[in-house]
Order: sequence, then C-alpha cells, then structure tokens
Amino acid sequence: MNALLVTLLAPVFGALVLTVLRPLRWAGWLNVAVSAVSFAAAVVLAWTVAGSGEVAGLTFRVDAFNVYLLVLTAFVGLTTSIFSRPYMRYVCEAGMTGERGMRIYHAMYQAFMFTMLLALSTDNLGILWVAVEGATLATVLLVSLYRTPEAVEAAWKYFVLCGVGIALALFGTVLTYFAAQHVIADPEAGLLWSTLYRHAGQLEPAVMRLAFVFLLVGYGTKVGLVPMHQWLPDAHSEGPTPMSAVLSGLLLNVALYAIVRLKMLVDGSLAATAMPQLAGYLLMGFGLVSFLTAGLFLHRQRDIKRMFSYSSIEHMGLMTFAFGIGGPLATFGALLHMLVHSFTKSAIFVTVGHAAHIAGTQSIDHIRGLIRTQPAVGWSLLIGVAAIAGFPPFGVFTSEFLLLTATMQAQPWLTVALLTGLAVAFAGLFRHVQPMVYGAAPEGQQPVQANLLPVAVHLGLVLWLGLSIPGFLARWLDRATELITGAQLL
Amino acid sequence: MSLSGLLLLQQFVLVLAALVLFTSFVLLAQARLVSAIHAFAWQGALVAAVTTVVAVTGKSHHLYFSALLTLALKALLIPWMLHRLTRRLALERHVEAVWRPALTIMAAVGLVIFSYWLVLPMVQQELTFTRNVVAISLAVVLIGLLMMVFRQQAVIQVLGFMSMENGLFLAAVSATAGMPLVVELGVAFDVLVAMVLFGVFFFQIRESIDSLDVDQLNRLTESVGEDE
Repeated sequence: MNALLVTLLAPVFGALVLTVLRPLRWAGWLNVAVSAVSFAAAVVLAWTVAGSGEVAGLTFRVDAFNVYLLVLTAFVGLTTSIFSRPYMRYVCEAGMTGERGMRIYHAMYQAFMFTMLLALSTDNLGILWVAVEGATLATVLLVSLYRTPEAVEAAWKYFVLCGVGIALALFGTVLTYFAAQHVIADPEAGLLWSTLYRHAGQLEPAVMRLAFVFLLVGYGTKVGLVPMHQWLPDAHSEGPTPMSAVLSGLLLNVALYAIVRLKMLVDGSLAATAMPQLAGYLLMGFGLVSFLTAGLFLHRQRDIKRMFSYSSIEHMGLMTFAFGIGGPLATFGALLHMLVHSFTKSAIFVTVGHAAHIAGTQSIDHIRGLIRTQPAVGWSLLIGVAAIAGFPPFGVFTSEFLLLTATMQAQPWLTVALLTGLAVAFAGLFRHVQPMVYGAAPEGQQPVQANLLPVAVHLGLVLWLGLSIPGFLARWLDRATELITGAQLL
Repeated sequence: MSLSGLLLLQQFVLVLAALVLFTSFVLLAQARLVSAIHAFAWQGALVAAVTTVVAVTGKSHHLYFSALLTLALKALLIPWMLHRLTRRLALERHVEAVWRPALTIMAAVGLVIFSYWLVLPMVQQELTFTRNVVAISLAVVLIGLLMMVFRQQAVIQVLGFMSMENGLFLAAVSATAGMPLVVELGVAFDVLVAMVLFGVFFFQIRESIDSLDVDQLNRLTESVGEDE
C-alpha cells in the first residue's frame, strides 16, 4: 500500500515543485529523479502483488492485470524523462518555446504521469473517468507548446474531440452506476469495480448493453479507434516529441485498459442473454476497422511523427481486436503486445525526435541519409521499425504470432484480413523509412548530440521478449490472463 | 404507469428536466453570444434546482452540497468567466449566424426522439420516471454534441461542451440520486480546469488565426502535400 502511495504521490510532488522551480537545468534533473522514485516504488509494489496477489485499500486496487501496466507506465515515464532532459533544452535553446513553456512542460509531464497511474490503480470507475479526463487536460497545453498555428489547431482538436468522447464515457459510467443501484445496497460502493464484478451477473443486461456502447465510444476515442481517431495524428505530430512518446506508449494503453475492465463487467452481465458475446464483437469490429484503415493511411503520410502515430492506431486496433476475441490465448497475446508496443513505439518516437533534429524538419521528404550522418540514429530507426513491423526475433513478432494463432482458432477467416493488414502496414512503413535511413544525405547535415540510452534499453527489452520471455513475466501475464478470462494459458 | 401516477415531486423534477432540455434548444439556435451565455447560466440553475428537488425527495444530504456546487460552478462561475472572456476578446456584440436554423432544430428534435428510442429497452425494468429523465438527459448531451458540430465559433463550442456536462449531471442526479461525492468533486474539478484551459485556448487561437472561427483551423488535413 505504501509503495502504491509513493508511486502516485511522487508525480504529484513533482508537478507541484516543477510548477515553481525556476532554474531549467535543475528542472530536467528533478523530472528524472521524480520519475525514478515513482518507478522504484512501482517495482516494489509489483513485488508485493506478486507475493500476495492483490493490494487493495482506500478505493485503490492493484491486481495482476493493472500492476504490470503500472510498472510499464512508470518505466516508460522514466526513460522518456531521461530523453526529454537534453531534448527539451535543445528545444528551448532553438527558441521554439520559452522558460515559461519549459515550466509548463515539466509540471504537466508529472501531472500526466499522475493521472495515468491513478487511472490504472483506482478501483472506482468514477475516479477512473476523472483521471482519464485529467490526462487530456494535462497534455492539451503540451500539444500547443510551440504555439504555431498547426500546434494550436491540433490542441484544440484534441481537446474538443477527447472532451466530447470522454463525456460520452461519463454517461456510460452513470448508466453503469444506475444498473448497480438495483443490485448493490451501499451507494458508495456502486462504482467500485471489484464490487460490480462480484455482482456482474445480476446487473441489468439492457442497461449494461447501452452503457457499454457509450463507454466504448468514449474511451475508444482516447484509444484512437477509427472513426474517432482524428485527434491522434495531429496531437502526436504537433506536440513535443517526448509527449508523443508517452501519449503513444502509455495513454492509449490506459484507455484500452479501461475498456477491457468494463468489458469484463458487461460480459458478466450479458452471460445469460441471447448475445453474450456482444461486447467482444463490438471490440473486434472497431479493432479490425482501425487496424486496416490505419495501415492504409500509413502510405500517404508526409510527416514522420504523423506516420508513426498511424502505426500506433494500427497496433491499438490489433489489441482491441484481440481483447474482443477473448479467450486465454488471444488475451495473453494482447497483453504481451501492449507491453512490446509501448517499448518499441516510445523508442521509435525518441529516435524520430533525434532524426527530426538532425534534418531540421519533420517532413519525410526532407529527412535523408540518417545512417551516413549519424549511424546510431539511423540504425535505431531501422531496428525500431523492423521491430514494430513485426519482424522476428523481436517481441512484436511473438505477440502478433500468438494473436494470429488465436484468430485462426476463433475466427479463421479473419486471419486473412489480419495478414493483409500487416503486409500493408509493413509496406507503408518501409517505403518511407528506407530513403530516410539510406538515401543520400543533404550537404552539410551534421550529427547532433543524441541520447540513445532509452532507445537501446527499450529495443533490447523487446529483443529479449522476442527471444525468450522470462519465466516470471510469463507467469505474471498469465495471472492477468486468468483474471480477465477466467482460465490460464500456460 | 402513466405520468399522472407519479409522485408530485417526481413530476416536478420532470418539468424541470424538460425546461433544461428547452434551454438546450435555446442555446442551439441562439445567434447572440451573450444571450447564449445567459441561456447556459439558466440551464445550470435549472440543473441545480433539479438536484435540490431530488435531495428533498430522497433525503440524501450530500445532494444539497452538489446542488450548491452546480449552482456555483455552472450557473455563476463558468458563465461569469465566459462573460469576462468575451469582454476581453471584444466579442460582446458578436452575432454568429446559425447555419440553417430550421434544419438544426429539426436535427435536435430527431435526437430527442432517438434518445427516447434508445432507452426503450429499459421499459420493463423501470418506472416511467427514470426512463423519461434518462432520455431527457441523453438528449441534452446529444444536443450539446450537435452544437459542437454545427456551430463554428469557439466560445459557442465551449458552451456546447459545458451543456453536455449539464446533461450528464442531470442523468447522474435524477436517475441515480447522485454519484459518490468524491467522484462528483473530481468531475467538478475537471470541468473547472477545462474551463480555464478553454480560456487560454481562446487567446492562443485568436493569436494564431486572428479570429475565433474554428472553421478556419484547417491546416492539418490528410491531403498530400501539406508541408509545401
């Protein structure tokens, strides 16, 4: 419990201090330090949960499913903060933002981490909503940090679309609470997920069905499911690069986490009706459409960060699809995919930040010859893209293979769609990345001071997960799978 | 069960809820910015009134508190902030032509019918009262959404967003006698922060496109050749 409180309160402390801290040099380091404390506490928490199975209290509840996301969130938060320290100083020196902007950046970074961790650890569906909305509020000023007309437009779009989406999710939450009131006597407990889950079978199916549609559309907006994805490429491409890394690597996961938790409730409620699989089918539909559409859109991108944000939509679609199939194999695959996608995508965004710095632009047409100018950046980008496209021996290959196998068992015909989508996305990524990495470098292109430690760590982990998943992690994911589906895989 | 069989206080809640829906229509078709802000303030006050009536019927004390919170936030603070912002942005006399008012209103009417249709499955389970109230609040939410789609002025879009929140609050209060207090406080906090950020954005938008017509925010598109 104490470990959980430290995990959560470290970012709050960080956000408060960083709001007022003047010297920029210290701010960067403090940002790293706070993230490190939060991560260390999350590891301790994971250790406790591994021993006791569950940590609960004060309307928090951490079990096998969310503890792994908590550790992942704190970890990516830490590595991104390590990257962002020198990167944001370059941004500041280049005059893209001022001292005030830097203070906003650091404070909001920690505020964002807090909302993410709160959303993951709370047991209360209402607080979950408040935290996810809080995440939008914390990041919206960061998207417009550079104050260019494009950035302001992206931020406004992000604000309005996510605000509307999340409002619909609140309506779904109210309906869930309404259904709970006829079952659970204590009104204070009517929004606690664990209580609702125990009584899931008694929740009124008609109400829960309606509630789930609203919840799916609402949180699905934040996941970036097509057609509610419009904000995502804009917000990712216009905001500062560290923000793109944490948005893609973490925020989307948290929103998907919310959907999976709610699906568990709805599945319980609909079990006795004519269509027990309704939630699963909805997820499969939205997931598959997002997966295929995003793969096609990859081809016509001109902006490197925009391109990779479409790749995020594609992968989130795949995970949503897998959670929709349900069953231990698909769920295990989806959980693993969440993990490896977060690692790979945040590594890619960090590399892209350096690549854009070298070329002085984010336009794909003008980024050329990275491997000549700065081999480390070129190779990182190449390996990162190979990993995200699902090449063996990387972890993404393992999880995608598991997902394909699960699809083959459950819905054989959809395997064709998945394979086509993967091929389309692969082609889309490589046709853009190949000239960026190998093309002739423009005259006078200089290497920059790059901090590739986070990239190396992330890609190393992805490689490790592809070659051999360590036993403790496999058991961990397996326990989460058991929690979600009721059956173990291993 | 017919409407006349309901308790007097429940009927009163329904009348107030219907008035909330009415203010939604007023908001939707209001061309003058300042009048729209007033209509929004009235809507907030009506939601607070609904909360008070439910608090009296249900004897749930924390609802008095949320009624006070709604009144302070939705009927006073946020309209006041919007007023100040319009003054500082010199938009007091701004009149925003409504795009095809008749069509817009008809679309809203369609949404009300749609909301009633959507809550039909709840018919066997619940009384006329809850079903009506849920349908009305859903309609308020959807009309807020419609407003954000049809109206192109940033301040009016924010009003649409806030009236969506009013609809959500109406649903929470009248269908479930209020969410747990901690959640309500969290939501209120989020709404307040959102309002402050919207204020910041008004200035950023005006700085970048010299107007608050978000229709002109169209640099980011999917079309090829956006950078050149």
